[in-house]
Amino acid sequence: MTSALGKDLLDLESLSPEQIRLILDTAEPFKEISERAIKKVPALRGSTIVNLFFENSTRTRISFEFAEKRLSADTVNVSSSGSSVSKGETLVDTARNLEAMRIDMVVIRHGASGAAAFLAERIESNVINAGDGTHEHPTQGLLDILTLRDKLGDLSGRRVCICGDVLHSRVARSNIWGLKHVGAEVAVCGPRSLLPNAIEELGVTVFERIEEAIEWADALNILRLQFERMTGGYIPSSREYNRVFGVTRERLEKAPRDILILHPGPMNRGVEIDSDVADGPHSVILHQVTNGVAIRMAVLYLLAGGKPELAEAAKGTTR
Amino acid sequence: MPARPILLKGGRVLDPSRNVDEIADVLVADGRIVSSAGNAGRVDDAEEIDCKGSIISPGFIDVHCHLREPGREDVETIATGARAAAAGGFTAVCAMPNTDPVTDNQAAVGFIIRQAQRADAARVHVIGAISVGQKGERLAEFGEMVAAGAVAMSDDGKPVVSAQLMRTALEYARSFSIPVIDHCEEPTLAHGGSMNEGIVSARLGLKGIPSEAEEIMVIRDILLARRTGGHVHLAHMSTHGSVELIRWGKERGINVTAEVCPHHISLTEDRIGSYDTNAKMNPPLRTAKDVESLREAVKDGTIDMIATDHAPHHYDEKEREFADAPNGIVGLETALAVSVTNLVATGHIDFRTLIDKMSCAPARLFGLPGGSLAKGVAADITVFDPGASWRVEPADFQSKGRNTPYAGMTLTGRAIATIVGGRVVYSFGQSTANARASRA
Repeated sequence: MTSALGKDLLDLESLSPEQIRLILDTAEPFKEISERAIKKVPALRGSTIVNLFFENSTRTRISFEFAEKRLSADTVNVSSSGSSVSKGETLVDTARNLEAMRIDMVVIRHGASGAAAFLAERIESNVINAGDGTHEHPTQGLLDILTLRDKLGDLSGRRVCICGDVLHSRVARSNIWGLKHVGAEVAVCGPRSLLPNAIEELGVTVFERIEEAIEWADALNILRLQFERMTGGYIPSSREYNRVFGVTRERLEKAPRDILILHPGPMNRGVEIDSDVADGPHSVILHQVTNGVAIRMAVLYLLAGGKPELAEAAKGTTR
Repeated sequence: MPARPILLKGGRVLDPSRNVDEIADVLVADGRIVSSAGNAGRVDDAEEIDCKGSIISPGFIDVHCHLREPGREDVETIATGARAAAAGGFTAVCAMPNTDPVTDNQAAVGFIIRQAQRADAARVHVIGAISVGQKGERLAEFGEMVAAGAVAMSDDGKPVVSAQLMRTALEYARSFSIPVIDHCEEPTLAHGGSMNEGIVSARLGLKGIPSEAEEIMVIRDILLARRTGGHVHLAHMSTHGSVELIRWGKERGINVTAEVCPHHISLTEDRIGSYDTNAKMNPPLRTAKDVESLREAVKDGTIDMIATDHAPHHYDEKEREFADAPNGIVGLETALAVSVTNLVATGHIDFRTLIDKMSCAPARLFGLPGGSLAKGVAADITVFDPGASWRVEPADFQSKGRNTPYAGMTLTGRAIATIVGGRVVYSFGQSTANARASRA
């Protein structure tokens, strides 16, 4: 079924600014649904959606599950660990089996970059990338942008710095593409061993020191130091990381303006972000989580062919 | 029953080894070239092949291919590989030893030679392993393998990690006058990488292999060749930096030779697109700057030969997440066309130089028979149409492998007839007739 987003949502790199704006605008009415006592609308009633998670994830999976159920879809969770090679059934076979069961949509999280595109090319169902390797995590990027828009309004010319392990971060890549598409200025800050060598070629400024990033930015999106992705000493220790790059209250106090603090979670308190920052007045971290459900509802709704104008009406009935 | 004489009529006889480039007939009888100049007139009982518009060249020799037998006969056998070679215009190939079991002893060498004889298509020369089991620990028995017919040694598939082992291999190989071929890849830098490190790997979220992983081993091998006086041959060169280092080595008279694969002078990392595993190989596709540098290096002689690194894989193995898919693409049946389209048609080299890279130089530098159309030599001849335009259809390959990044592309240049030891082992006209018959 053709939608304004095409068949799948695989990445933010290939979306147009108009498509991004459409998703953000469609999320607005869905925010309200989550505030009600009966959090349900029938927009996707009868649709079958599979959450295919090859990597551990509580937060993202639950967020998608709530989004699906609040739209009245039927959902099934399939979790599998390890790559298709080690686990027996190949990704191709998994894809074909799902298609044979006439699933409408698949939400996939997988440890290999390109896995979502791999699946999307082989099945007719809509495919939503919930994170593929170190490539992209488009719904996370979108909810980050929605949160920034909620607080800052029009994001053209606004300055957002992504801090931390950009090299291994799909959240960073989605943020870079999404923010650039909506006209924001994007920077990264972290040790050079955790930044891709070609990062400047993506149109991104590099700050060698967190103090410089804080001086410059309207918002910091602080990435988790990903221990499980580091396949060999990129930095000597988390202690040193916090000493040099940690976002601490002392450093934040020197900011020339009120900086928003974002974090995709889960946080390593005391490593990339100190608790008094995470729980402090500048933090919009929990707001991100709330927006996450609305964004995912919007994406599912649009891919299913839902018309944006009807999103407003869809929130009407509460059966 | 001996083969009939063959008369190749009116082709452009282009033999760089004797500085010949003229329209002439070539007469082949009893496995040898009887004449390769002038008009042969009428010859009784000869099979005549009209070569008007075609080039008649010394047979192409591929010094680097993987025939998978023994061990992986499901993806290629010596027979299917030798036929694929013939279909690509190759009269001889050198088979790499990363088979299962590894070709590291005289019995294994003998097996491959016998299988090739049975296949009766392109000749297959055997490359033996440098180390036992290609484990990189102990030297394999070069002497016995050479006596059994091996023409070179390599641990390809893998780099020779130990500089000490590489040094010893170069010295020991000198005693048998054979080259040592190295797959240049520094393992700690390359570890976990599945494509070139650069802007594309940053975008796709794939771990990259930096050019330095190749260049560090290139300079190491050149220096060891200088120290030992041995002949080091650098396999599948892929970077601008490697080219500069090879130039440095050759300027100093060091015995280093180098090959490039057609894919590295025609495709960049952009060909990977949306994670296409048919564009995944090791060393990986790199940047436009590397491609141009390699083309110039072919032109100025820094790169001595074109080799295919033909590496068939099963469809299921390639039909996987990018990082998990095995490295390698087939190349025997597209090498000529890719080279013509990306080196000759672009103006970098002429056909004489192309033939030198694909035939004369491999023969000369590896001490192999062939590379010449002189009177009296064994008749290993490639007849090709330099202007034929055709679309690459993997389903039509002789190889069992279908893993090519050129599927659906239109290329220029195609083998018309391949003659080995005076027998036609491939004929384009016959092969299309067969294909039509099998589809009818």
